[in-house]
Amino acid sequence: MDFLTQPWPWYVAGPVIGLFIPFLLITANKALGISSSLRHACAACVPAKVPFFDYDWKKDGSWNLLFVLGVVIGGVLGGFVFANPDPINLSQSTISDLSELGITNFNGLVPAEIFNWSFVFTLPGFIILGIGGFLVGFGARYAGGCTSGHAISGLSNLQLASLFAVIGFFTGGLIITHLIYPILF
Amino acid sequence: MKYLLFGTAFGFVLMKAEVISWFRIQEMFRFQDFHMYGIIGSAILVGIISIQIIKRLGVKDIYGNPIKLSDKDPSQIKRYLIGGSLFGFGWALTGACPGPLFALLGSGITVILVPIFFALVGTWVYGYLQPKLPH
Repeated sequence: MDFLTQPWPWYVAGPVIGLFIPFLLITANKALGISSSLRHACAACVPAKVPFFDYDWKKDGSWNLLFVLGVVIGGVLGGFVFANPDPINLSQSTISDLSELGITNFNGLVPAEIFNWSFVFTLPGFIILGIGGFLVGFGARYAGGCTSGHAISGLSNLQLASLFAVIGFFTGGLIITHLIYPILF
Repeated sequence: MKYLLFGTAFGFVLMKAEVISWFRIQEMFRFQDFHMYGIIGSAILVGIISIQIIKRLGVKDIYGNPIKLSDKDPSQIKRYLIGGSLFGFGWALTGACPGPLFALLGSGITVILVPIFFALVGTWVYGYLQPKLPH
């Protein structure tokens, strides 16, 4: 049972994530990707005659929407049923860097200082959770995929386009982490 | 139904890998631990080997159909670099890419509904602006 409640080391978790690619291809002929579900949800709820959302989302997207619903259930299993009782084993240097930014609660999967409803209604909170979320959705569609579609699926299929996208992901992430976070907190 | 089960397994693995953690994403962008790089790197390595086996042996899916692997057009370099960087901003801010957003919702972090809602808005705005954006 320890295997289910304890976090998995990278050399277990990484290969298991990688195996989802052949598994989905062979059992369902589908390429792993998560962010398309956001497009299908838009096409289903608010197509508004925008050509980008004018397609048969039931035919193309039902599998992806079900898959994402499953990811939520996987979160229930990992967060409640088989939850890890201990804080994440972060590197000491990350703990001291984040403490300098004012993040001092290292229990749980995410910092309680950021992920709470009252923080949303502050300027830094709106930038992190609101604008951040907007950019995840906007950027993923602009780039044609997210971490799963480009970094995992795309690079596994040796796509040059995905390498450009992943270079973009890291450029963006490094700018926020090293230039914006020191100002934001 | 099988997709629901596959998704559940995928979400559970994301949780156990801790890639859903804002802390782990910060650790990655600060180059302070190998964990995230090990996960992404080994996942890609397993993916590359699997796809090469599928391609070279002409593996079929369980229904006997040839496996479809679509290529992405690398000449649209602007969309990948600009769109990718915007996505990277969002990834570092929320500490979550789309898969983790949904897994965190399941794990009881209800405020993650805010970035999920705005990710839907962002997706819609991209669709609306698509003809005007450089690709």
